[in-house]
Amino acid sequence: MAVDVAIACIKAVVMLLIALQVMAMGVYFERKVSAIIQDRIGANRASILGFAGQGLINTLVADPLKFLLKEDVRPDGADPFLHTLAPLAAVIPALAAFAVIPFGDVLEIGGRTINLQAASLDVGILYILAMASLGVYGVVLAGWASNNRWSLLGGIRGSAQMISYEIAMGLALIGVVLTYNTFDLQEIARRQGELIWGWLPAWGVIYQPLAFLILFAAGIAESKRIPFDLPESESELVSGFFTEYSGAKHLMFMMSDFVEVVLVAALVTTLFFGGWQVPYLGREGFHFPWGSSIALPSLVVAILQIISLSVKLIFFTWLQIVIRWTLPRFRYDQLMRLGWKGLLPVSLLNVVVSAALVLMREGRA
Amino acid sequence: MSVPIFLLLAVLTVASALVIVIHRNPIYSALGLVSTLFLMALLFVGLEAHMVAVLQIIIYAGAIVVLFLFVIMLLNLQVEERETVSRPLIGAAVAGGLALGLLVLLGIGLTPLAPPAPVQPGYGGTQPLAERLFTAYLLPFELTSLLLLVAIVGAVVVGKRQA
Repeated sequence: MAVDVAIACIKAVVMLLIALQVMAMGVYFERKVSAIIQDRIGANRASILGFAGQGLINTLVADPLKFLLKEDVRPDGADPFLHTLAPLAAVIPALAAFAVIPFGDVLEIGGRTINLQAASLDVGILYILAMASLGVYGVVLAGWASNNRWSLLGGIRGSAQMISYEIAMGLALIGVVLTYNTFDLQEIARRQGELIWGWLPAWGVIYQPLAFLILFAAGIAESKRIPFDLPESESELVSGFFTEYSGAKHLMFMMSDFVEVVLVAALVTTLFFGGWQVPYLGREGFHFPWGSSIALPSLVVAILQIISLSVKLIFFTWLQIVIRWTLPRFRYDQLMRLGWKGLLPVSLLNVVVSAALVLMREGRA
Repeated sequence: MSVPIFLLLAVLTVASALVIVIHRNPIYSALGLVSTLFLMALLFVGLEAHMVAVLQIIIYAGAIVVLFLFVIMLLNLQVEERETVSRPLIGAAVAGGLALGLLVLLGIGLTPLAPPAPVQPGYGGTQPLAERLFTAYLLPFELTSLLLLVAIVGAVVVGKRQA
């Protein structure tokens, strides 16, 4: 019993560490990739004993420290309880959603077979949607509790935007569920280890390319990043829903922003790019399509899978940051038109086509 | 679900339900509603009805109450003004409430309850739920979706007329 509890805790900590490490990489990319794109040098001032690490010290040590040491300012007339609750309401659901992301297949150790997923739920995909939909409260409450017009406008925009894009997101996920016939993310990740024609890994993007594009676009909108960052759009609303936040609370909003970016990356990776799968790596080791195979112990396989997941997460985090620094912001009517008249019909079409294909595959029509 | 956890959740649920009714600020009332719905979802988890629990959060806590908040903020509703009520009226209300509570308790206590029917493990999962929904309850299910469609069309008609 105590061992089971310990294993559950360790699994949760491992997943959280993966998520937070990738988040830190995301913050670093945000500063440095933007600098390269805009032909600047970027953060390079802070250093420890002369070591600046290409701005690593700046972004990972100096910036958070600065936020933590700053004064926490609360404007006059702001609601004290909700003003403090809002950043927590933003960051906690985003972190909780990682509980169902699988970070490996199984680890056989000391006679136990451990499923490498913090929480094995048969409603995994829906759980992530539920946590994503709770994230909107952080935005709405911050907007209202700040007693500031800019904040309120940002909060109202945020709530309308997140509800609109949740629909397209949910419908895109239906196509994936139809293909794999399960809500369990671990099961979906395992199924992507199969091979098409004996050599091509059966990653979800091959079966559901349209769902991937819709989910990625809707995911960026859900995480309120450019080109969908209307809730904070600094050219009109100062800083949107978190205008009146400083110090540690501002840091928490920033953190929830990047955790959501990693969450979108994790969802896309797990559903469409094999999650923890390494091509041709099974539970006993590599089995290449040309016949040769390499046997590996279970622990090495698990570590390779965790590395594979991390690399894919870093790639999709990087991709979202490049998109953020490449595209200009939408107008609000363009944003709503894209959500309701663009993504929604296309995702409905994807559901119909996927259902027809699944019926044909099973020979029932 | 163990009894202490159930009792804790039950007390919290009733407390947040009271916040909805009693609090003078409409924003806090809406948040009390979110909290009530979330705690009810946890009670569903205790009954192994994971699907219902998650749907409860996605639909009610995640979408509908957000729209409530949206409207409250747009209308800029202020803190509710309390009317002064005479003391005898308060006394009568409290006595009436207590009497009603007593009657309900008495009714529950006096009704003979059948022993709970046995259930299979995993009865609240996605597949058993979907099987019932798409076989035994197919007609009510489809009629509900028709009802929602009618409501959407009605909303569009009402919106067009005012524009």
